Amino acid sequence: MSVVELDKVSRWFGNVVAVNDVTMRLDTGVTGLLGPNGAGKSTLINMMAGFLAPSAGTVTLDGRPLYRDPEIYREVGLVPEREEMYDAVSGWNFVLANAKLHQLPDPESAARQAIATVEMADAQDRDIRTYSKGMKQRIKMATAIVHEPTVLLLDEPFNGMDPRQRMHLMELLHELGDQGRTILFSSHILEEVEQIAARIEVMVSGRHAASGDFREIRRLMTQRPHQYTIRSSDDRALASAMIAEPCTSGVELSVDPHGVSAVQVQATDYSAFVHALPRLASRHGIRLLEVHPADESLESVFSYLVSR
Amino acid sequence: MSGLAFNGTVASLTRRSLLGRKRTLVLALLPLALLALCIFARVLGGIDSGIERELSGRLAPDLLAAFGIAILMPLLGLIAGTGAIGPEIDEGSIVYLLAKPLNRYSIIVTKLVVAVGVVVGFGVLPVAVAGVVLTGEVGAVTVAFTVGALAAGVAYAAVFLLLAVASRNAVVLGLIYALIWESLVGGLVPGAQALSIQQWSLAVVERLLGDDASRLGVDAAVGLGTGLTLLVVVTVAATVYAGRRLQTLRLNDET
Repeated sequence: MSVVELDKVSRWFGNVVAVNDVTMRLDTGVTGLLGPNGAGKSTLINMMAGFLAPSAGTVTLDGRPLYRDPEIYREVGLVPEREEMYDAVSGWNFVLANAKLHQLPDPESAARQAIATVEMADAQDRDIRTYSKGMKQRIKMATAIVHEPTVLLLDEPFNGMDPRQRMHLMELLHELGDQGRTILFSSHILEEVEQIAARIEVMVSGRHAASGDFREIRRLMTQRPHQYTIRSSDDRALASAMIAEPCTSGVELSVDPHGVSAVQVQATDYSAFVHALPRLASRHGIRLLEVHPADESLESVFSYLVSR
Repeated sequence: MSGLAFNGTVASLTRRSLLGRKRTLVLALLPLALLALCIFARVLGGIDSGIERELSGRLAPDLLAAFGIAILMPLLGLIAGTGAIGPEIDEGSIVYLLAKPLNRYSIIVTKLVVAVGVVVGFGVLPVAVAGVVLTGEVGAVTVAFTVGALAAGVAYAAVFLLLAVASRNAVVLGLIYALIWESLVGGLVPGAQALSIQQWSLAVVERLLGDDASRLGVDAAVGLGTGLTLLVVVTVAATVYAGRRLQTLRLNDET
């Protein structure tokens, strides 16, 4: 059993702060690292993989600093985000080379086992350059587990996988987590993370925005204030009716540069709002022409979590 | 963790990526051009006794120095030295070597050995064959230029390997050094020749030719002591520094 700990970790590149004061503890089981692109997930994984020194704070594996210590790779396996491998080598030879580089006592049997685990035995003799994206991902996975590491770090492992491969990798991660390994994988897709990770760490703009059980994160995300832009047959009447409702916290009448007016509504209770709106419109004889959620992008959901 | 030892698995991966089909073709073109030139000179020598006299005089050393040591070795050193690690760093596949309990110096030493192997195969051996073709014997000229080419090839490979670890513009910087500094600046500014791998290895050639060196027109800008010392110091220092840089290599410049 291994524990990776980040204590008040920051990392900056010149004037850009990529990771800002993050404290996190990874125990056994599967943890999902969720955040939009550019949130600092890869920087964090690079620090946990010992490739990047924190500018401030400490990153340790069972109390040992990870940076510049090649010995940690006996316990750590890494699936990098980038796809490039040694393309002129067959899948078998590449996984076998990785087993040999780990100086395993029986590299052939370790490579065979790892390739079987990722179900690549049928294609193992083909050169890597002929593999599909999903096959490359599985061979990458085989190289990371060939030495049976206690810690497995995966950077966006589901990228480019079809649903069947995705399902298979999810099952595999579950299995490895159940065996008592510490597994962290990054993703920018909530649905992907919540299907396998018992625990989720959310990163936004370099900051550790939220941490915990996925149900808790999901609740925070759905219960945040929602912005809507509504066009109707009588915006002013709708606005006055809306502000009287307890589920809203702000209403604004706006006119865009083309002279089209609209009502901007801030709803504090998503569920109450979606029930109240049609009821109000009907009661006041207002026709709803357009109801448009204004801030449904993942970034805005994450930004909300940061500003809490 | 393994020590400084040569690592067969790293060597095998390096050799496979270094000797891709296209690269092998480019690598083979250079020595083939040298050999073609030498065979042409030899054929002309058979026809014209003046050229034959020149070949046993200054022409053979001139060709071996100008084409072998001054062009072939820096270009091969550049292709092999940067090619042994540069593409892996650019593509990110170096992570599969770095995420292993391997001594970083052992990775560099292994890659240098592979690069030197390529330089020997595509450069030093063709220089030896060119020497035999030009002079018609395995004599002092052939031996001296073969040893000089080897000394130059090892130093170039080590320096360009370091460049590939330290900079993403290693090939451009290497070309600037080999073509502008050594050839152009070195030809115009005598002082610059003292800082030239080409001249250091020529010092080795000059010493091996002994008293014949001046008759054959081989005149290095530095003495053997200086040349040999600088070759060893630069090769060792470049290898050690490349190992150090590899320890702290940043995998992808993320901001």
